Amino acid sequence: MIPAPFTYKRAFSIDEALDLAARDGEDAKFLAGGHSLLPLMKLRLAVPEVLIDIGRLGELRYVREQDGHIAVGAATSHDELARSGLLLRELPLLAHAASQVGDPQVRHRGTIGGSLVHADPAADLPAVALALDATLVARGPSGSREIAAGEFFQSLFETALEPDELLTEIRFPRPDSPASWAFQKFTKRAIDWAIVGVAVQDGNVALVNMGQTPLRAAAVEQALAAGASPRDAAAHAAEGTSPSTDINGDARYRQHLARVLVGRALEESRSRA
Amino acid sequence: MKVTIKVNGNPVAAEVADRTLLVHFVREVANLTATNVGCDSTSCGACTVLLDGRSVKSCTVLAAQADGCEVTTVEGLADGSGEMHPVQTAFHAEHGLQCGFCTPGMVMAAVSLLDENPSPTEEEVRTALEGNLCRCTGYHNIVRAVLAAAPATSERRSA
Repeated sequence: MIPAPFTYKRAFSIDEALDLAARDGEDAKFLAGGHSLLPLMKLRLAVPEVLIDIGRLGELRYVREQDGHIAVGAATSHDELARSGLLLRELPLLAHAASQVGDPQVRHRGTIGGSLVHADPAADLPAVALALDATLVARGPSGSREIAAGEFFQSLFETALEPDELLTEIRFPRPDSPASWAFQKFTKRAIDWAIVGVAVQDGNVALVNMGQTPLRAAAVEQALAAGASPRDAAAHAAEGTSPSTDINGDARYRQHLARVLVGRALEESRSRA
Repeated sequence: MKVTIKVNGNPVAAEVADRTLLVHFVREVANLTATNVGCDSTSCGACTVLLDGRSVKSCTVLAAQADGCEVTTVEGLADGSGEMHPVQTAFHAEHGLQCGFCTPGMVMAAVSLLDENPSPTEEEVRTALEGNLCRCTGYHNIVRAVLAAAPATSERRSA
C-alpha cells in the first residue's frame, strides 16, 4: 500500500510552514511523525495534495517550565515525553500515558501534537490533555491563539483548528497533587487502540473511546466533589457517553468497561497520592 | 524528489516519487531485501530498521522524511570483518526464529532496545518487543536470545 500521489515540501521554520499552508490551503496537511496521517493516506481515507513536513523543526520539540506551567512543543515524540525528567516529576500522568502509546517504534516517531490534531477518540493523549486541563496554542497567519482542550475536540477527527493553523504548543497547568494520577486502558493486544480508557488527575476524570470525542466524565467528577467514594463515583462513569459499537465490543460493553476502569483508576490515584 | 540516505554507512542517492516509503527505498533503491514488508500497516514490525539509531517501522516513514539521515538494516549489523552482531549470534544460538520472516525486524527492535536499556529484565524485553509479531509463536526463544545478547552487546558498544 502506498499513498495517493502528493507533493512533499519540507519546512525549515514555523513561519515557513505557515507560509506554505497559506499557499496550499485545504489541499495541504502538516506532517510531523506521520503515524496518524500516513496510515490514513495509505488507506486513501486522507488524500492531501501537499504534505508540509514539520518533523525536523527543533523549535517544536521541547518540554520546559514556563510562566508557572509546563509547556510541550507539538512535535515532541511520545518517547521523549515518556523519558522527560520534568514530566516524570511534575506531570507523571502525561509521561506514563505517552509510554503506553502504540509500541516503541511508534513512540520514536509519533508526536503529541499529531495525536491531538488527529482527534481520534480512541487515542490516549487527547483524553490525557482533557484530564490535565491543557491549553493548546495554535499559530496562523494572523498570530497565535489559545484553545482550551475542552473546546478543541469538536467531533470525530474534527478539531477547532483552521486549515491554515498549526498546533505549536500544549500548555499544562501544574496539578494540585502531581502524584494523584492514574491511567487505565483496556485492549485485546498490547499495541491495540483502547477499547475504553480513562485518565485521572486529582478530581478530573477523562474517558477514551466513549463517544465521538474524548470526554470528561462530568457525573463522576461531581460525585467525587460531593464526597462520594471511588466505587460510588465510578457508577456514574457511563452517564452522558455515547460509545460506538464495533468489532471490539458493543456500546453496553463499553459502558460497563468505563465503570470498571474508572473505579480502578480512582482507587489507583488515591493510593498514589 | 532527490533523496540521499546513508544506508548501512553507504550514501544512496536517488530521484524518487514523493510518496515513496522508506521500506521501498531500502528494498528497491538500495537493493537490500532482508527488511520485509509484512502487514504494511504499522502493526507487525517486520519492516523495522534503525533511523538515526532508533527503531522505526519503515512502512510508515516516507523516504523523504529520512533524507539526509542514517538508516541501519539487518544487513548492516555485522562488523567490517563479517562477524555477526551479538544479537544475531544470540538469535542463532537460542533458536530465536522458525520461518525467519519476522527476524530482521525483530533483531533491529532488539538492537534498539539494548541501546536504550542495556540490561533489561525478561518483562522489559517482552514489553519492548510488543511492536513485533512472530506468527510461528516463537516469542519464548526470541526473548531468551535478547537476554543472552545483552552483555555482549554492551561490551561491543564500549569496545
